[in-house]
Amino acid sequence: MNFQGYRRPGGKLGTRNHVLVIPSVVCSQGAAEGISRNLKGAVYLPNVFGCAQVGADREQTKRTLVGFGTNPNVFAVLVVGNGCENLPAREVAEAMAPSGKRVEYVEIQEVGGTKKTIAKGRRILKEMLADAASLQREAIPVSELILGTECGGSDYTSGLASNPALGAASDLLVEAGGTVILSETTELIGAEHLLARRARTPEIGQKVLDLIAWWEKEAIATGQDIRGANPAPGNIAGGITTIEEKSLGCIYKGGTTPLEEVIPYAFPPTRKGLVLMDTPGHDVDQLTGMMAGGSQIVIFTTGRGTPTGSPIAPVIKISGNAETCRKMKDNIDINVTQVLQGKETVKEAGRRIFAEMTAVASGKLTKAEKLGQRDFCIFKIGLNF
Amino acid sequence: MAGKAKAIVINEKDNVATAIIPLKAGSTVSLEVQGRAGKVKILAAIPMGHKFALREIGQGEDVIKYGEPIGQTTARIARGDHVHVHNVVSHRGRKEGSR
Repeated sequence: MNFQGYRRPGGKLGTRNHVLVIPSVVCSQGAAEGISRNLKGAVYLPNVFGCAQVGADREQTKRTLVGFGTNPNVFAVLVVGNGCENLPAREVAEAMAPSGKRVEYVEIQEVGGTKKTIAKGRRILKEMLADAASLQREAIPVSELILGTECGGSDYTSGLASNPALGAASDLLVEAGGTVILSETTELIGAEHLLARRARTPEIGQKVLDLIAWWEKEAIATGQDIRGANPAPGNIAGGITTIEEKSLGCIYKGGTTPLEEVIPYAFPPTRKGLVLMDTPGHDVDQLTGMMAGGSQIVIFTTGRGTPTGSPIAPVIKISGNAETCRKMKDNIDINVTQVLQGKETVKEAGRRIFAEMTAVASGKLTKAEKLGQRDFCIFKIGLNF
Repeated sequence: MAGKAKAIVINEKDNVATAIIPLKAGSTVSLEVQGRAGKVKILAAIPMGHKFALREIGQGEDVIKYGEPIGQTTARIARGDHVHVHNVVSHRGRKEGSR
């Protein structure tokens, strides 16, 4: 089974052909926005970090930015720095070199101010865009897809309809030789034993249990209560009582195949099949981590409705809540309310989702793309100094 | 799942059902679990998507949904009564003993 995608140097395969402008630091965000403004095919990342960071926190920001640049949905990259930041544009650009794609950088202090930087950046970007436009889609096996799965604004319909239906689609992709990322570790609390049981080896299963234990310990160490954040007030209004209940509904997204590996935030999977990426439950932190890990397409289930989209990837929204499908029809791509009414089986809905995923991978725009929804947020793990 | 079901029981081990339409106090709901039919009289208004008890659940007992524990009751819950944050507590991600 094939989709129509873009081939990158080194053999990676994309579903989109974006030219990406990355501010390596928050101060160059304005220039990056100015460079990409009104240029069709160009997007910029609203990065608010990149300075006064140390150790693992700085590494995570760098790895995430580099992961976006090297994501196969990106044709070429322009990194924009200020000049004095501790995550320099040059360092970020150089780390992307192994991808084989064109990567350039500009620095505001060196070029001499914002206006000149925008002018220089736009000249470079227009060249990149002209080259990008000459690239054609070609037939690519779906086994090359890394599908990111996500749920947000969950309610009772998530665990009963949209997540099981997405799980059926996940199983179809794994069967076809592809990769599925399950993440949002905090939303596995109470369901971790079920996932651990499906691990390829006992060591991988233990890793799942250790991750959950770590997040739970961190929540307790704040002196607060995870219930203040998860389940969220909207989850509770939607009938979800506890984090365990939310988690048990949540893990359906990953389908029923063995768990092949556990990877840290913003790292690429090294195996095909179902993988777990360690991310927070925060929707955009999670989405950003999966994109940086090389995912080219995301399927996102929602009960209460959510507008989230990615700067570089299509995000397909699924809901099993009839009222949400009606009220937020400009946000929801696939309606699976018939599953709850017993008029469509979970497997039938899964096949429908898989078909839509293939169409979107081949270029059909999602509602979040049409709305220009470009959410980006790096999972911050340290203080700014 | 039945064509015009008002509530769903996901796993035969579950001691709660999920209302898929709003249910009125005093109404009776027909349910099907693993092909076996049953009826429950609803004791309190159950908003759409919320849970009610399929049998009496004692104080401190596990609430079971998806065939797994989702929390413990803080009070006895009668068959047909609303099961939610007012009478169920999670024991995960928080200090033991805190309410």
